[in-house]
Amino acid sequence: MQEEVFVQMNDICKTFGSVRANYNINFSVNKGEIHALLGENGAGKSTLMNMLSGIYKPDSGSIFIHGKEVKFNSPKDAINQKIGMIHQHYKLVEVQSAKANIILGQAGSLFVNEKKISSEIKAISTNYGIPIDPDKKVYNMSIGEKQSVEILKVLYQGADILIMDEPTAVLTPQETEKLFKIIRNMAKEGCAVIIITHKLHEVMAISDRVTVLHKGTTVATVKTKASSPKELTDLMVGKSVNLSIQRPQVKRGNAALKVADLMAYDQDKVKVLDGVSFDLFEGEILGVAGVVGSGQKELCEAIAGLYTVESGSIIYNDENILGLSPRAIIKRGITMSFIPEDRLGMGLVASMDMVDNYLLKAHHNQKGVFLKRKPIMTKCEHMIDQLEIKTPGVHHPIKQLSGGNIQKVLIGREIETNPHVLITAYAVRGLDIGASHTIYDLINDQKQKGVAILFIGEDLDVLLELCDRIMVLCDGRITGIVKSDTVTKEDLGLMMAGEAISC
Amino acid sequence: MIISFLTAMMIAGTPLLFATLGEIVTEKAGHLNLGVEGMMLVGAVSGFGVGLYTENPLLAMGAAIFAGAASALIYGFLTVTLRANQVVSGLSLTIFGTGLSSYIGTAFVGKKLSEGIIHFCKPVEFPLLSKIPFIGPIVFNQDVFVYLGYLLAILVGVYLYKTRLGQNLVAVGENPAAADASGINVNLYKYIHILAGGALCGLGGAYLSIVEVPQWQDNITSGRGWIAIALVIFCKWNPYKALFGAYLFGGLSIIGFRLQQFNISQNLLDMLPYLVTIIVLVLSSIKQSKESAPPQGLSLPYFREER
Repeated sequence: MQEEVFVQMNDICKTFGSVRANYNINFSVNKGEIHALLGENGAGKSTLMNMLSGIYKPDSGSIFIHGKEVKFNSPKDAINQKIGMIHQHYKLVEVQSAKANIILGQAGSLFVNEKKISSEIKAISTNYGIPIDPDKKVYNMSIGEKQSVEILKVLYQGADILIMDEPTAVLTPQETEKLFKIIRNMAKEGCAVIIITHKLHEVMAISDRVTVLHKGTTVATVKTKASSPKELTDLMVGKSVNLSIQRPQVKRGNAALKVADLMAYDQDKVKVLDGVSFDLFEGEILGVAGVVGSGQKELCEAIAGLYTVESGSIIYNDENILGLSPRAIIKRGITMSFIPEDRLGMGLVASMDMVDNYLLKAHHNQKGVFLKRKPIMTKCEHMIDQLEIKTPGVHHPIKQLSGGNIQKVLIGREIETNPHVLITAYAVRGLDIGASHTIYDLINDQKQKGVAILFIGEDLDVLLELCDRIMVLCDGRITGIVKSDTVTKEDLGLMMAGEAISC
Repeated sequence: MIISFLTAMMIAGTPLLFATLGEIVTEKAGHLNLGVEGMMLVGAVSGFGVGLYTENPLLAMGAAIFAGAASALIYGFLTVTLRANQVVSGLSLTIFGTGLSSYIGTAFVGKKLSEGIIHFCKPVEFPLLSKIPFIGPIVFNQDVFVYLGYLLAILVGVYLYKTRLGQNLVAVGENPAAADASGINVNLYKYIHILAGGALCGLGGAYLSIVEVPQWQDNITSGRGWIAIALVIFCKWNPYKALFGAYLFGGLSIIGFRLQQFNISQNLLDMLPYLVTIIVLVLSSIKQSKESAPPQGLSLPYFREER
């Protein structure tokens, strides 16, 4: 049977400045197919999909949709060709309701016919099995609900080609299962679904075919059933890699950090930390699991001296460090390393180069009035070699690097300070397999040096392999601290949803 | 006595209302235009000048609207197309408008508008409604522009909250990337609403020079543009609340004349509207819910291929 081709992209090229993001890429998707797009950071997956959804314009190459050649000048042109993109960072208007977001930008009567639209949305949502409350405001929604809105939005637009950029990155295993069911429903209804992801086991679980990109070129398109995770990884990285994460056995030392009864409220007086107590030992990695927004960020910031807590104590070297300023915490010889959740928003200054970003944390250790950039430059060059950071040079603005490389700069800077307690939040968020393993190795090196590490992660498989113990947070409460040898992924999922499990 | 004060309050609030509505529309598109004062002055001087020579009130107002929109176009080109800093662009528009209006206005000092225009701007009794005791003479015995103010506030409210176009505008101001991905022409929306905002500011200025004062004085707005910007925050970007805020501040700006007999320092009384503005800003920044927060994209330039 001849398959109906929905998307055909031929010899696509796109450069940003001097960076070649896509070079002669060929890509096609059939009707009713779930097609995974796999590649390292900076391999050009997002760039390619942004061209398919009309956000970027290709420099050269041709795109055929439903057999007709198209030229997109704006996202609107792509929407008119029934292409819908679900972005990794949801593009939703927070103050508007689900309904308003779904109908955004669509032609129709001047006045919004609330009832008619609600029933139309309900019809689609039952058809595909996506639960939704059309009148709920987006800022009141969980991550999973927001994603449902995004999906319904493109379905409501009548899209039959759906592009999902890392759809499972922030979901619990249970939510991921639900999403996969929805994706399979969509494929059954005759949609073509393209999934961009890093997670190999998800590729194996859901996709029919896989296209692997490497350094902006297509390496191969293979049938998922005829492939293996190992083969795909090798194609993606361009060399043979070991997939398993090391967990060196280190003798557990003294408690480096004792956190007791931490309570904190946010601006709206909502509890964000609710009686959090735990000990963090030297030479161990304590993982923190939880749905995004369960208090991970507040916990990190409280320890680093950035978040005001209501009550409780954080004891480091027999001293309560609560209430000290971040600078005071560093000055007392307590080396605390903090890798913020959004790597650019808080950790680095996007328009400054690597040296100046490094100086942000180092300048107060220098003597004299003027900054000394020379020694920092050598350190940065060393860092580029050691962590394989892809950058034109130490004086290149950070924001022009790809996401993974930005993150390596950030984590490299934190580790360079030789911390005693290392806190990493989402250290591998959005990183590809090769880069993730570099980071895991770095963290393991620190562990072997006797550093106490708090590792806040989102991928449960990684937490289980890398960490010695895992602490689960739900709505600011600890629902359990478990040994990673004895716990299952399903149990972690339940604990993340708020069920206390003893094991 | 009270009725005459409240009637005057409505008149003093009307230019504030036009300018506030204009700035709401502009800020909803994600643009903080600090050029309100300048656009009002340009509108005031163009309206007065055209009124003087054509003796036609509608042409005069039309000229003011056009002049306001034209000055907003300068700001729009700078901030939308060139993505210049919005604060600096707006401030320079105010400085430019102040200078331009002084320069053109010297020719108009001491001149009187024609009888036809004065007559057109006389209060018109609204049939039936003006007979309501107390409220009737205050709200429904006013000139046509006061009525236009009511109408515009309601129109802007319905537009923002009930229509697709208005909801699209909200999205542009909140999250231009989301709007863009939904196929909305972000820059077109920004331009249209910046121009509409400028037009309303121009109208507000002309109301001052043609109806309220009505003659040409240098710097005739004397800070009303700045009050309008504060009013936008006071009324939480809500055009219905703007209706009340504008009249409240209108009352504050004229209360000085009424209190002269009590021997309070005139300078102190002149401070009142600005003092209250500061208090309002302090109070409104203490508690902020999601609905009453400024548009999230306010004063941030948008470029689709930004990485």
